[in-house]
Amino acid sequence: MSTETATRETALAAPRPGRTRTARAGRTLDALIRSIVPVALALAAGALLLLALGRHPIKFYGDIWANGIENGSWQDSAVRMAPFLLIAAGLTVIFRANIWNLGYNGQFLLGAALVSGYGPRLVDDVPLALAMVVLFLLAGAVGALWTVIPAVLKARYGTNEIITTLMMSFIGIDLASILIKGPFHDSTTPLPQTAVLSKMLPNIPGTRIHVGLLVAFGAILVVHYMLTRTSWGLRLQIMGANPRAARHFGIDLTRLIIVAFLVSGFMVGLAAAADILGLQGYIRTGWNPAYGDTIIPFVFLARLNALAVVPFIAFFSVVSTGGDLAAANANLSTNFLLVLVGLILLFMTVIEYLGRRRELGASYLTPGLRQALRGPLVRRRQS
Amino acid sequence: MIVASQVWTQVFWTSVIAGGLLAGVPLMFTALGEAISERAGVLNIGLEGMMLVGAYAGFLGAYYGHSMWVGYAGGIAAGVLASCFMVVLCVWLGLDQIVVGIAITLAGEGITSVLYQSQFSSTQPRLGRITTDPIPLLDRIPVLGKTLNGEFPLFSQPLIVYLGLGLAVVLAWLFRSSNIGLNLRAAGEKPEALDAAGVSVVATRSYAVLATGALAGLGGAYLAIAGTGGFQDFVTQGQGYMAIVIAMLARGRPLGVVVFSLMFGIALSLSGLLQIAGINLSPEVVHMLPFAGIIAALMLFARRAYLPPALALPYVRGAR
Repeated sequence: MSTETATRETALAAPRPGRTRTARAGRTLDALIRSIVPVALALAAGALLLLALGRHPIKFYGDIWANGIENGSWQDSAVRMAPFLLIAAGLTVIFRANIWNLGYNGQFLLGAALVSGYGPRLVDDVPLALAMVVLFLLAGAVGALWTVIPAVLKARYGTNEIITTLMMSFIGIDLASILIKGPFHDSTTPLPQTAVLSKMLPNIPGTRIHVGLLVAFGAILVVHYMLTRTSWGLRLQIMGANPRAARHFGIDLTRLIIVAFLVSGFMVGLAAAADILGLQGYIRTGWNPAYGDTIIPFVFLARLNALAVVPFIAFFSVVSTGGDLAAANANLSTNFLLVLVGLILLFMTVIEYLGRRRELGASYLTPGLRQALRGPLVRRRQS
Repeated sequence: MIVASQVWTQVFWTSVIAGGLLAGVPLMFTALGEAISERAGVLNIGLEGMMLVGAYAGFLGAYYGHSMWVGYAGGIAAGVLASCFMVVLCVWLGLDQIVVGIAITLAGEGITSVLYQSQFSSTQPRLGRITTDPIPLLDRIPVLGKTLNGEFPLFSQPLIVYLGLGLAVVLAWLFRSSNIGLNLRAAGEKPEALDAAGVSVVATRSYAVLATGALAGLGGAYLAIAGTGGFQDFVTQGQGYMAIVIAMLARGRPLGVVVFSLMFGIALSLSGLLQIAGINLSPEVVHMLPFAGIIAALMLFARRAYLPPALALPYVRGAR
């Protein structure tokens, strides 16, 4: 194809400015509907569930609002956002490459253990700013280090990363526990925990929100820039879409996979540092908040877009902050929030499916629905 | 010194194996289920959630029905119910298996905790000790008949354990030399071929996922009834994920699943036994040993854990 025809085709393909705007608006609206409807449906289904459990759904959701947003409690929600956003950034990177880093719990806890192990001494001996930077980098490095083995196995031998990251996660959780009981143990208490930090991350002036949130927003911006404005991000996306095509283009898959894993683990490590240095102050054995499990749905709802994940994480932070108290008021286990998150995920996949069917112009009923009712393991037909 | 302790007694070693069996049987049931669905090309990440609902239903059944068999039946039913989501969303509609699996795990963790807390948070009832069936003659072997900490002696296990081991053998035979096994494998290896042969890929995979749910539910129920003797929040502690690892390591072979499950079961139960024997080894060290060993083996031999090519890919007729 000559350059001339190519330009003409591009000119033809490019719609007039007015139409672009409507098209873009339509697409934004579509994305908005697809993101918000699952959340709304999940809340509605959750309300039904609450009714079935004999609780008052409107009061429950009202409590979430009152304890997650009103009377300055939005600041508590904002504090929770910091680690959530960092984990979301890490997961976005690796999921874009269509690789599953499911070892975030181990990466997080190891980072947290090291930060709370070295933190107390470091913040006393070194200027606070320097100590904080060092601790953040340390946690990030540990998180990244914990992805090296799955990354290399995946890149070199194609070993399934789901199984390797899960195993590394189990090892990481145990190792963190060993560290807390052993070298990092606070000798002044018989409890298996580390010494409490004497100085924490400073707050943003005028608020109760620590600066870890700014770090998190910074990380989100960096990840978004890397993914959408650099050739590295493009290569990552190509690999995610079609590894074979990527290899054909001359992309160094081995390196790309390893770097994506390292970035992902680094972000998860930063999340641990932000949580320990900004909120927790120490760590005890058996503490495993498993933030990543509940973050995954929102990373998907945001369609692996690092900026779009922010409002979802904000929403979830409010729900989890307010939800703790709302659940306590309703005499319900806080794990009810897990049900909500699970429901959001289920509805999201269904909405996504309906949207795809509509685009394809196909019927909403699949052939599979009809076929599945046929006999089990039907034998070959007699011809 | 280790030499002086109880470690070198035969009772200790029979206890290790018996403890491994007790902790490994839930893993075995669940991993056998995962092996079935992986063969058929469905990666079931929701195993943890299915085990948990199975454990809770099993606990309910055993508590109210006063019989472990009611409990097992309840566990199976709950597991099947949970897997119905997977069947409809992943197999029939072809939605992302990993996302749906994570959703099932989260919802399962949440709902069991909510229900347990709202019904039993103040009482936290325990289940009685379940009956075991000694194998005639074998249980009279002197040394093998005793264990250190009251675990079921090696040759005197609950009936369901024998049934489970039998199931593994049956599955191995089914996979290797029956039409059903062939269809299952085709659904995971090359669904187009199965479809062309006139067998419904969707139906094959649906039944495989239902079987997985039933086995995961049974595994959870056994864990609650025989293992912990009651339910707690997150009682499975990641065993669903362990089962996925086991099924992949065993490459979907049932007898391999049995061996790996026993190994992981020993790792789960060994630290308690070591303590009784007077050795204070941190439970975390023992717990992470099998994982570390497998990672080391993977690095040394760089062996690809074999997975069916169509794993986690929805089958759409005529696509591609």
